[in-house]
Amino acid sequence: MSTEQNSEALETSENCPELKELAETVFDMIRDVHDPEKPETLEELNVVSEEGVLVSRLPAGQTLITIEFVPTVPHCSLASLIGLSLRSKLEKSFPEKHKVDIFIKEGTHMTADEINKQINDKERISAAMENPNLREIVDRCTSDGPG
Amino acid sequence: MAKLEEVCCLQAHEEAAWCVAWNPTGTLLASCGTDKQVRIWAQEGDNWVCKSVLADAHTRTVRSLGWSPCGNYLASASFDATIAIWSKKGGEFECIATLEGHENEAKSVSWSCTGSLLATCSRDKSVWIWEVTDDEEFECASVLSVHTQDVKRVKWHPQKEILASCSYDDTIRMFREDNDDWCCFSTLKSHSSTVWSIAFDKTGSRLASCSDDKTVSIWQEYPPGNEEGIVTMDNDPAWKCVCTIGGYHSRAVYDIDWSHLTNDIVTACGDDTVRVFREECGCDKNQPSFSLVASLRKAHSQDVNSVMWNPAVEGMLASCSDDGTVKIWKLVNDIP
Repeated sequence: MSTEQNSEALETSENCPELKELAETVFDMIRDVHDPEKPETLEELNVVSEEGVLVSRLPAGQTLITIEFVPTVPHCSLASLIGLSLRSKLEKSFPEKHKVDIFIKEGTHMTADEINKQINDKERISAAMENPNLREIVDRCTSDGPG
Repeated sequence: MAKLEEVCCLQAHEEAAWCVAWNPTGTLLASCGTDKQVRIWAQEGDNWVCKSVLADAHTRTVRSLGWSPCGNYLASASFDATIAIWSKKGGEFECIATLEGHENEAKSVSWSCTGSLLATCSRDKSVWIWEVTDDEEFECASVLSVHTQDVKRVKWHPQKEILASCSYDDTIRMFREDNDDWCCFSTLKSHSSTVWSIAFDKTGSRLASCSDDKTVSIWQEYPPGNEEGIVTMDNDPAWKCVCTIGGYHSRAVYDIDWSHLTNDIVTACGDDTVRVFREECGCDKNQPSFSLVASLRKAHSQDVNSVMWNPAVEGMLASCSDDGTVKIWKLVNDIP
């Protein structure tokens, strides 16, 4: 067995047509997610965009979906709920399981680092989704009908 | 070099399987998961079969498990903020106590080497130490609020009443008893993100930690008066990071275990891979090197959440995953 060392992901949606198509599919899935407290969708509020979705291939072969979003205001208190809703939507929509990282776009939130850590901690995510109040909000944001 | 051979694959849980734990004699394997259940597995002939399902004690995910050193008790920590204590009588398990006190998700539970103390931790940032009385009562002996964030894991030293904990605050803490109370005597900092898990080697003078930063760190204990001249404080040992294993894991490393039989280290990673590392021969203990001796990509079809060496059978280990399966592996050292 050769020594396994990581190199940077070779293929991404920027250079591979298959992954580009997947990135477009991902965007189609998340564009209609609703804001937790506004009637508009995240696309209408410019929280998510096509450019904010990157798909890449990890060294071990899995597909990694990276979503970058822009909170409506830099002190947005609902940014973590938006992160949870995006993740939940992908989990509901994809039959196969992909790796998902969700980040706030750099420079668009005052406590971005804190929130980024929280919304990518699988234990926190799992526990949050067992909280009936949070679950209800997330289900509402990710349902197909109007928010 | 070596390779990991699959002994069996168990469809263990409906949703994610979070933790696997061997009993001290290595004859029973416990697993738990998002389905709120604990399952007990044992070998029958060539197969591993489910012997018991422990349900109805928890109302949310069962996150982790710990066997008492005598093997007669199993503790389960749940996102419902409680820890259940199960007593094994004959082949049956009965819930004999529910420990309440944590404000939110309990993450981990560990019995001390004598079985007289139990440690638990939670997202509420605290570590609790419970005294286990002879009549199966559990009394809180101390609440340690030292971490500044979510505490992910607690683990007792294999021979001493020293407790290690690791956290979302990126640190590891060491605790010991100090006149009737417990105090933190050492803070181990090297990781740049959440420390998910820790494991002592068989001597307890080394600790391995794994992190969201995709690395593993090896820590060495330096007792007071050590010949290396490492400064110690207040007659407590100092712990120093003597090796960082980076460049192998492509996602967060969720669990680590150090074999007390072979000294090999196994990791569970968010890239679905199980890896085994071994210290290179003739290393200076102050500057050891570890090499990857086995790596199994797609050991599971999703994140690997937990790994543990069988404490009695050399080279045997169990793992579990978000894919709901529990797998048992045998490390085969066949390549010279």
